[in-house]
Amino acid sequence: MSARAIWKGAVVFGKSRVPVKLLSAVEESDVHFRLLHEKDQAPVSQRMVRPDTGEEVPREQIQKGYEVERGIFVTFDKDELAALQPPESRDIEVAQLVPRGSVGSYWYERPYWLAADAGGAADYAALAAALDAEKRDGVVRWVMRGQRRVAVLRAHDGHLLLVTLRHTDEVVPPSQLEPPPGEKPDAKEIRLAEQLVSALEGRFEPDRYRDEYQARVRQLIEAKARGRKLPKREAPRRRRAPASLAGALEASLRGTRGRKSA
Amino acid sequence: MPERKEKEREDSAARARGIWSGTVTFGLVSIPVALMPANRPGGPHFRMLGPDGTPLARRWVCSEEGTPLSVDEIVRGYEVRKGKWVVVGDDELEALEPKKSHDIELQEFVSCDDIDPLYFERGYYLVPAGGSTKAYALLARIMEDTSRAAMATFVMHEREHLVALLATNGILRAELFRFAAEIRTAEDAGLPEPKKPDPARVAALRRAMGALEAKALDEDLLRDELGEKVEAAARKKLAQKRDVVEVEAPPEPEETTVDLMRALRKALGSRGPGRGVAPARRAGSGRPMGGRRKRKRGAASAAAPEEGS
Repeated sequence: MSARAIWKGAVVFGKSRVPVKLLSAVEESDVHFRLLHEKDQAPVSQRMVRPDTGEEVPREQIQKGYEVERGIFVTFDKDELAALQPPESRDIEVAQLVPRGSVGSYWYERPYWLAADAGGAADYAALAAALDAEKRDGVVRWVMRGQRRVAVLRAHDGHLLLVTLRHTDEVVPPSQLEPPPGEKPDAKEIRLAEQLVSALEGRFEPDRYRDEYQARVRQLIEAKARGRKLPKREAPRRRRAPASLAGALEASLRGTRGRKSA
Repeated sequence: MPERKEKEREDSAARARGIWSGTVTFGLVSIPVALMPANRPGGPHFRMLGPDGTPLARRWVCSEEGTPLSVDEIVRGYEVRKGKWVVVGDDELEALEPKKSHDIELQEFVSCDDIDPLYFERGYYLVPAGGSTKAYALLARIMEDTSRAAMATFVMHEREHLVALLATNGILRAELFRFAAEIRTAEDAGLPEPKKPDPARVAALRRAMGALEAKALDEDLLRDELGEKVEAAARKKLAQKRDVVEVEAPPEPEETTVDLMRALRKALGSRGPGRGVAPARRAGSGRPMGGRRKRKRGAASAAAPEEGS
């Protein structure tokens, strides 16, 4: 089930232009319900109405209002808004090359794959290899659907991954905050915690975790489609914790012995 | 997607008091915490107005009959095949919800370098909730010293979530991850096997890279240019008294990142104004972070519907 390209362009870097296709790396897998009118099971649709009279306002009469002062809106029509958009372009411009992994993950928004487009396979492979060899990520920008996008360009096992970044006014980065004040841990607690962290060390394997809720929703729909019922679920487990921090660390360490081989 | 945005908006409304509280546990150590969003939805934000400037409301209508519907007349359906719907009630879905739990149980610690940027969905800060902050400081310190992140699942908003806990500057963050089922790997996306790169081309590219090398991300690249342009255009129209509409009972002002930052600083127990000095200004921008949207996007979205750009 190969994904459809959502955009085509070229990574522009120095003198080279690498033609690429953009593919979403996210597949919304949640069960997607439609809202229905109960009586006739017809899907519902949305209309815009005046809240005072309930009178429907046809699409072509709707204006877009931007609140410039409290309670004061300035309206824009389609053409005015289009004029504010950045000019269309097919270039993904490499603005910076930063040390790999140095862009804070709090900026990350959404991942996309780049695939080599016609004639670009050799340059694509070379770009991925060069980023990998230099241990650098690109910071790139382009215009898609009338909006400027900025993303991290990362070599990912020979492929190129784009992770779009949020705007500065959408994120509070940790550099704007200070850690909570208070008592600092002592040397013994640090040593014990280090041991505990290394005892709980594992590999990054996100596919081990499943969204059980979505699986249950799917089961429910299947069962109902066949006129059956769902079996009952079991209750979760509980556990107790000791009082002191060092005591808890020590007890935890005892509990983890032998876990590594498991 | 609209549902997700909606969810982020709900988070925004609840952010000042922390949207989730519970306990981070690793081994038998427990750390009482609250979660506060690190992100807010952005983009220039518009409201739908009628021809006379009345803020409009959304109504549901039956697509067959065209009649307006009340909430009680609407059910949730899944189309199992064309035209054949399975109707699922609220109580049926509630029965499937994960059991309420207030634990983020750290299951394992992984190297920060191994964390794949593919999975990140949105971020939260963990702030200490009551009692000593020592265990919080200890966990943050160990994770930073050893360059480790912790993986965990927990229940929030009646759903199970996968998170990676990360520590920066003594502050713990929970990055919500997409589950693997929602991620297309390179193979899923149909990308061909990587070609063997031509060494001469690689060498040429590496030589060209020097000119663009930088130590860190230039955050000025992340400015919301479109939002700034819309703001400037709106101010100009206002000064010229063109296309200006006054709304009598405007919805509540929306929180900005500045508000969010203040709330976070307070929750983290910061004593001073902090390094950033609120409201923080971005490098190269004269505008306070998020200041443009000071008065926007209230809670009354039912009365005055919204639309992203």
